[in-house]
Amino acid sequence: MRRRHNHPDVVPNHFHRQHTHTQTPSCPVSPLISSRFYTTTMPAPDKEIDLTERIEAFLSDLKRGGSGTGPLRGSAEMARETTALLRRIAAQARWSNAGDLMEIIRTEGRRMTAAQPSETTVGNMIRRVLKIIREEYARSRGSSEETDQQESLHKLLTSGGLSEENFRQHFAALKANVIEAINELLTELEGTTDNIKMQALEHIHSNEVIMTIGRSRTVEAFLKDAARKRKFHVIVAECAPFCQGHKMATSLSEAGIETTVITDAAIFAVMSRVNKVIIGTQTVLANGGLRAVNGTHTLALAAKHHSTPLIVCAPMFKLSPQFPNEEDTFHKFVSPHEVLPFTEGEILSKVNVHCPVFDYVPPELITLFISNIGGHAPSYIYRLMSELYHPEDHEL
Amino acid sequence: MAESGVTDGLCNTDDIERSKTEGKELTKEEKQRLRKEKKQQKKNKEKNDEKTSHEGEKKKNKKKKEEQPAGSASQPPAQPSPKAVPAPAPPPPAAAAVPVPASEAPAPADKPAKSKADLKAERASKGKKGDVGQPAPTGKLKAPPSELQPVVKRLPEHVQVDNPEVVKKLAKKLERQQIPLRSDYGYKVSLFSHLHQYSRKAPLTQQLGIPSTVIHPAIVRLGLQYSQGIVAGSNARSVALLHAFQQVIRDYTTPPNEELSRDLVNKLKPYISFLNQCRPLSASMGNAIKYIKKEISNIPSQCKEEEAKIKLLNCIERYINEKIVLAAKAIAKYSIEKISDGDVILVYGCSSLVNHILCEAFEKKRKFRVIVVDSRPRLEGREALRRLVQKGISCTYVLISAVSYILPEVSKVFLGAHALLANGYVMSRVGTSQIALVAKAFNVPVLVCCETYKFCERVQTDSFVSNELDDPDDLIVTRKGKTQLEHWQKVPSLGLLNLVYDVTPPDFVDLVITDLGMIPCTSVPVVLRVKNVDQ
Repeated sequence: MRRRHNHPDVVPNHFHRQHTHTQTPSCPVSPLISSRFYTTTMPAPDKEIDLTERIEAFLSDLKRGGSGTGPLRGSAEMARETTALLRRIAAQARWSNAGDLMEIIRTEGRRMTAAQPSETTVGNMIRRVLKIIREEYARSRGSSEETDQQESLHKLLTSGGLSEENFRQHFAALKANVIEAINELLTELEGTTDNIKMQALEHIHSNEVIMTIGRSRTVEAFLKDAARKRKFHVIVAECAPFCQGHKMATSLSEAGIETTVITDAAIFAVMSRVNKVIIGTQTVLANGGLRAVNGTHTLALAAKHHSTPLIVCAPMFKLSPQFPNEEDTFHKFVSPHEVLPFTEGEILSKVNVHCPVFDYVPPELITLFISNIGGHAPSYIYRLMSELYHPEDHEL
Repeated sequence: MAESGVTDGLCNTDDIERSKTEGKELTKEEKQRLRKEKKQQKKNKEKNDEKTSHEGEKKKNKKKKEEQPAGSASQPPAQPSPKAVPAPAPPPPAAAAVPVPASEAPAPADKPAKSKADLKAERASKGKKGDVGQPAPTGKLKAPPSELQPVVKRLPEHVQVDNPEVVKKLAKKLERQQIPLRSDYGYKVSLFSHLHQYSRKAPLTQQLGIPSTVIHPAIVRLGLQYSQGIVAGSNARSVALLHAFQQVIRDYTTPPNEELSRDLVNKLKPYISFLNQCRPLSASMGNAIKYIKKEISNIPSQCKEEEAKIKLLNCIERYINEKIVLAAKAIAKYSIEKISDGDVILVYGCSSLVNHILCEAFEKKRKFRVIVVDSRPRLEGREALRRLVQKGISCTYVLISAVSYILPEVSKVFLGAHALLANGYVMSRVGTSQIALVAKAFNVPVLVCCETYKFCERVQTDSFVSNELDDPDDLIVTRKGKTQLEHWQKVPSLGLLNLVYDVTPPDFVDLVITDLGMIPCTSVPVVLRVKNVDQ
């Protein structure tokens, strides 16, 4: 059933009267929502409440979920939920042209990233959806988006200011197209782990010793897939203080892979015997560097010293247009209780204790990125970035 | 063992077995009987050996403690098969002479026997091709220092756990010394199958009878303290060992018809085996034991017992004072020159020497702050943190995984060492090499502080060939009520690795501060040579 959205300010009188007529028999409307008027007989206020409720629920989830004891949900789940929510917003919120939708998404996006700055997948998905909207808009308008980007300088010269698109044109089919495109994005998200898994046999040969740190669901799937056909040995660094590596090790050993758990302090000691280092990451930064779990920088340095290749398994939704220069937002800290528990009371008040969650790994230490669209060198990341996100969306 | 050969061997073995199980020390006659039987066996075996070709049998050596001639001239077959393994020298009836070439301190009575053994050894080595040779590096005492000795060391037993022959020999030796054998625990990672892995929950003393008169109670207590980790850190362990030996010497009485210099050294051997079973000896302990044995053997035979004991006690006292206490003072003096106001110093774990330096520097009114880096599962850094905070030094505390976060603030790194190897590598607590690596990447100077008595002549390039495996159950941790690795033994493909030491390459280390001064890492063999010439 088609619904025509009208902005509350421009509601003509007769619609107003119609609304009061239809208001009574339908479901109760809370006073907060009554300011929004709908012209159809559908229980539209429900959807509106529904949407706002969902957004609020998502935000509070984000805030709570960031207590730092490792992600409560994996990044893939987070990406899927964000995209689903954005699809819902596109379907249910009131917008008449692409600009409106983008504005709504940008506002909500800012709120989401503010709720949990370290969860970059949320921001990435928002930027992807914004790019989708731009593309669909451009397609509806009839121009091709690719040429726009590459010849932007040329365009600037010739057209002089036409690059100022305000996306105000209304296209009837835009909504359906956008929703379809977001569905495609969701399908892509669901297949990322499988796509990465399928490349496992290309990179792991038999009788190898592979090292990893902490727990990454992507790397777990990667190694388990290779273990179906090859026999190799995995060394897992436990990654104190959360010791996520323990869970990874039990999971791998239950799949029949020969696993050893080592402490973080022994990383350099055993590195001479390792053939490959395969790690996951929280975010891939715009310069090809990583924001990964703490201890990864040491691992990368040790691998460099022994000239061991460092392979990062990261799906595309982890690619973020941020650079590592923002000192205050890069690091995230959690309660120092994990490091020095309160039982050490007498010295606790006299010392500073730090418990950072993430580490920065510069791109020079990385050999290969394996993502759902294949393998890339760190120097290629900037190109992927330009394909995924529009430069104007880098700042939400 | 005594089944073959001797006619009345059977009833004798019963007696011997009985007294062993009762935990009493074998009487002299029983010992002599055992010796005779072994000599017989050896003679039979030697005849076979001479016919067959010599294989390069691996030698067992507990850091050169065993090659004591031990008055071997008078007790020739006292060296049973595990020790008299220099296979190339066709063991003559004077089997005593065989271990002598590998000994360090030549007792005067051994000289005639030694020259015979030397000749035999030369003959043997001509026959063989550059194989197992003769003297340990401290054979420099006999030969002129300018000559380069063909230095071949016996491989220590504790790095040959995967060789069943060696393990059997050790078991036999321990049985003879009446010390229980400690069994390995848990699944060992294949990379380290050549090392022992013990469980802390099964201390060696559980298998000792009460009362055990073979091992002095001070040594039993010491062994227990080592294996449970109550006494940890190489300085602490060495000092505890020396104090225990002082107690042993005080309680010692020379049996009739024995010489103190030889008998006391023999008494010490089972103690050292016992301590080794409790926890593998450190390089500093090895050097201390060498020193004591040398001092004991150098006691002249006409010296009265009381005098000799007092002399030995003073020797030990002096050793502790010079090599540990005064050395610490000297190192502190040098190090304080390297600490300037406003420094941010990073230390790792708990090194008594580094803590001492920092406390001294703080007393000398230097302004600095300290970052203590710690690692699981030992968490020794908390002890260092306590000591520093008590002094009033402002400290920060992080785990080793956060070291690359904290390193940009750091101006110097001070590390302690367990031993300094002859090729310039620093052997220290696991994690040290990692800190040095990251510090190098951030261009922060790394200073290692180490007394000279910890210098050892071993060479090693990686952390696998010679290391210590601690109890793997230490890695298990309970977070939020869940213990992930609780049943790790049930999963066949899961192994836990708890390393104790690692080696740091010399290119990561900028300076080594010793009591002889500040030297680069590569000058360690020079110091060793100078020390040996002095001695």
